[in-house]
Amino acid sequence: MALKRMALKRRAALAVFAVATGAGLAFWAHGQQTGQRLSLATSAYAQAAQGDLFQPISVVLNHPRCMNCHPRDDRPRQGNDRHEHLQNVVRGVDDLGFVNMRCTSCHRDENNANSGVPGAPTWHLAPISMGWQGLGDAELCTTLKDEKRNGGKTVAALVEHMTVDKLVLWGWSPGGTRDPVSTPHDVFVTQLKAWEAAGAPCPAASK
Amino acid sequence: MAITVTINGEARKIEAAPDTPLLWVIRDELGLTGTKFGCGAALCGACSVHLDGEVVRSCQILAQDVDGRSVTTIEGARDKIALAVKAAWNKLDVAQCGYCQSGQIMSAIGLLSQIAKPTDDDIDKAMDGNVCRCCTYHRIRAAIHEAAHAI
Repeated sequence: MALKRMALKRRAALAVFAVATGAGLAFWAHGQQTGQRLSLATSAYAQAAQGDLFQPISVVLNHPRCMNCHPRDDRPRQGNDRHEHLQNVVRGVDDLGFVNMRCTSCHRDENNANSGVPGAPTWHLAPISMGWQGLGDAELCTTLKDEKRNGGKTVAALVEHMTVDKLVLWGWSPGGTRDPVSTPHDVFVTQLKAWEAAGAPCPAASK
Repeated sequence: MAITVTINGEARKIEAAPDTPLLWVIRDELGLTGTKFGCGAALCGACSVHLDGEVVRSCQILAQDVDGRSVTTIEGARDKIALAVKAAWNKLDVAQCGYCQSGQIMSAIGLLSQIAKPTDDDIDKAMDGNVCRCCTYHRIRAAIHEAAHAI
């Protein structure tokens, strides 16, 4: 009986050891893999080669505070759910709205604390050539950089624009119940400069 | 804050806090009550007036924005287009309860000032910001066509 109990204890101990060792090995292996991925991810050369430097920029450009005014059609969007602007607001011939329904009919050069209506200097819709909505990272990147479509901006000018333009900066202080862009602006600028320094690589088209 | 603004062609000096909505300047400071408060959030168009000739929601424009500028309210809408719009409104008996109608008329004048012969699509785009709880939209559209024809 005692022998049988000892045998059982030994088997249980072996099982615990096996599980613990297995888990430890798996944890170590995972750490190795993660470490390997991290070291690749933090390698500027590798990121440039993969176009990964654009990925965090894409996250910002795809945020509703940026994307709502970069549609590829004639309807500005609103809200975190990106619904079409209420009141049948459309682009108009100058990206400032149709007759009577001009951006400046309601939007001022700063947020309206009384009503919650957002505002910033030069409030307007991006020209349709700068429409980004629905683009994958590769096409978004090439569209952003294409001087025929981006208003003749070099990469340096794009970085400058996204660093200091007051309408762009509004995305980080949108007021009301609107979510600001999730990446802090100083981090975004660092990401932009890293991308620029690497030659502004774009991700592969299949990505 | 001292503000000089031309209201319906007359230069006026008023004293108002900079963040006072233009609507309250018009109604409370100047006593022009034809312009109505509807929502206070640029959603209904009842407070529509013209600022330097462009239709704006006076609940969103602040006193500090109009210093040195020109505002036209329903009381001051008297040019050829405005008179044609008002005549068409009367002819077709557009108003029902009438609360939104000063805003509707100011927007109709704004539209006809820029597009002499608007299509239904033009009217839909230009008038969509003016809400009518009585749903007089079909008569508003007809009256705009009527006014365009008369002009």
